Amino acid sequence: MIEIRGIEKNYGKLRVLDDVSTTIEKGKITSFIGPNGAGKSTLLSVVSRLVNQDRGQVLIEGRSLTDWDSDELAKKVSILRQSNHMNVRLTIRELVSFGRFPHSKGRLTKEDKDFIDRAIEYMKLEDIQHKYLDQLSGGQRQRAYIAMVIAQDTDYILLDEPLNNLDMKHAVEIMRMLKKLVRDLDKTIAIVIHDINFASCYSDRVVAMKDGRLMEEGETDKIINSHSLGQIYDMDFQVTRMNNMNLCVYF
Amino acid sequence: MNKFIVLLLLVMLSLASLFIGAGDITAMDILLLEDSKVELLLISRIPRLASIIIAGMGMSIAGLIMQQISRNKFVSPTTAATVDSSRLGILVGMILIPGAGTLWKMSLSFVFAVGGTMVFMRLLDRIKIKNTVFIPLVGIMLGSIIESFTTFLAYRYDLVQNVNSWLQGDFSMIMKGRFELLYISIPLLIVAWKYADRFTVAGMGEDFALNLGLNYKTVVNIGVTIVALISATVIVTVGRIPFLGLIIPNLVTLYRGDNMKGNIWIVALSGSAFLLFADILGRLVIYPYEVSISLTVGVMGSMIFLYLLLRGDR
Repeated sequence: MIEIRGIEKNYGKLRVLDDVSTTIEKGKITSFIGPNGAGKSTLLSVVSRLVNQDRGQVLIEGRSLTDWDSDELAKKVSILRQSNHMNVRLTIRELVSFGRFPHSKGRLTKEDKDFIDRAIEYMKLEDIQHKYLDQLSGGQRQRAYIAMVIAQDTDYILLDEPLNNLDMKHAVEIMRMLKKLVRDLDKTIAIVIHDINFASCYSDRVVAMKDGRLMEEGETDKIINSHSLGQIYDMDFQVTRMNNMNLCVYF
Repeated sequence: MNKFIVLLLLVMLSLASLFIGAGDITAMDILLLEDSKVELLLISRIPRLASIIIAGMGMSIAGLIMQQISRNKFVSPTTAATVDSSRLGILVGMILIPGAGTLWKMSLSFVFAVGGTMVFMRLLDRIKIKNTVFIPLVGIMLGSIIESFTTFLAYRYDLVQNVNSWLQGDFSMIMKGRFELLYISIPLLIVAWKYADRFTVAGMGEDFALNLGLNYKTVVNIGVTIVALISATVIVTVGRIPFLGLIIPNLVTLYRGDNMKGNIWIVALSGSAFLLFADILGRLVIYPYEVSISLTVGVMGSMIFLYLLLRGDR
């Protein structure tokens, strides 16, 4: 479990996170939703030690983030930010191999290679594993990055807008994979997501933020209703039930 | 592009290099152990060959490391103020202790090279425009500012001629006893190889490195230190060799991607082969005289560089 306690973060005079406390529960998919500038991505960066908070603390399995050795933490928590602009020319397989870096320090053992093979297979990238990242479509590239995170084999996986720039087919594919990861490999996943219907259909818990503050959190069904969503996004929502799913209509 | 093909090429060029020069040496002379010829070989030809091979490896690996840690294809010791700072270092060394040994000059040159490169890396952090061509331009400008200090100091202390001799790489003066400092590059290359994966990870960005539990700043500092040491030894013993650190890594990564561990030896070998080829060319064009290697490297290098520039980012 990851506990987030009273996190505050300022960029100059701008307060981007204001006393945010919540938890990321083990073995579940938690979606962070909210309008642009709500502080969702920053919060995820704080949790994964990419950004230092000004106040508050993050506890990962009961231990404060600052007490974790960065090296050990890399085997516990991984984060994937929007990284489409990365201009390093690697093949998918090479990229995925770097996911093993915290474990192998560059010397891949047989076990590491098995992990790499499995991660590639899991994301259905076997056929194109020797292609360079810059030859791939957006969806393939996103899958490659997720395969890397799978190879890193951390209990907690944080994803910052993994569906950005993906069409519906690929977005659904990715979300199904994540669901499978939680079910098969007992991972804990936290994602920042903009498409409210994806959050509704695929996550176990939802954390809603606005203007750097926590608005609401809880089971997905409790948050996905027209009243709560209306308050979070300042617009009218209609939530209808279809095929056992809550769908939001806001057009 | 296979490692072994490049190695074979390098061996052939090396043999050619041994038998080219004003004094005629043939394979027969060596077999018959003719004294004067063997001496020529040991005192001049072999040191020259060794220094070219090591300098070629060193400068191209230095370029490869710079490109990884600065995440820019057009950054190399010559476009990141490293070489210019290193020259200023030698000059300051000469002014502080006139007539001091090479090791002293090299040490100061190294310290200055680290300083200059660090300033460049800091600038890189601050610059908001991450345009591929813009960043090396900043490096070249910074280098020119440092160079103007060098020129000014050299002028004041009447050392302009000395300074100019490091401006142009030249292997014709290499003799036994004058190039051995270059051997420092060899352990550095091994360190670079050991750290290759870390440099690649750093090349993916600070966040990426941190996610994998890697201390980005440490890796960058190690990289800058290696680059500065290699540059300083090459400048002190041979002089400035333009373009090498820029074009060789670029040509290799063009075909083989950016995974440094897989590339490092082929980059090293290609750097040597290219430099050796340029040297042989320089010795043949106006035989029995020779053209300075920085001219031949400059002409070939600038053409390849133009090709890379026009080709663009990708």
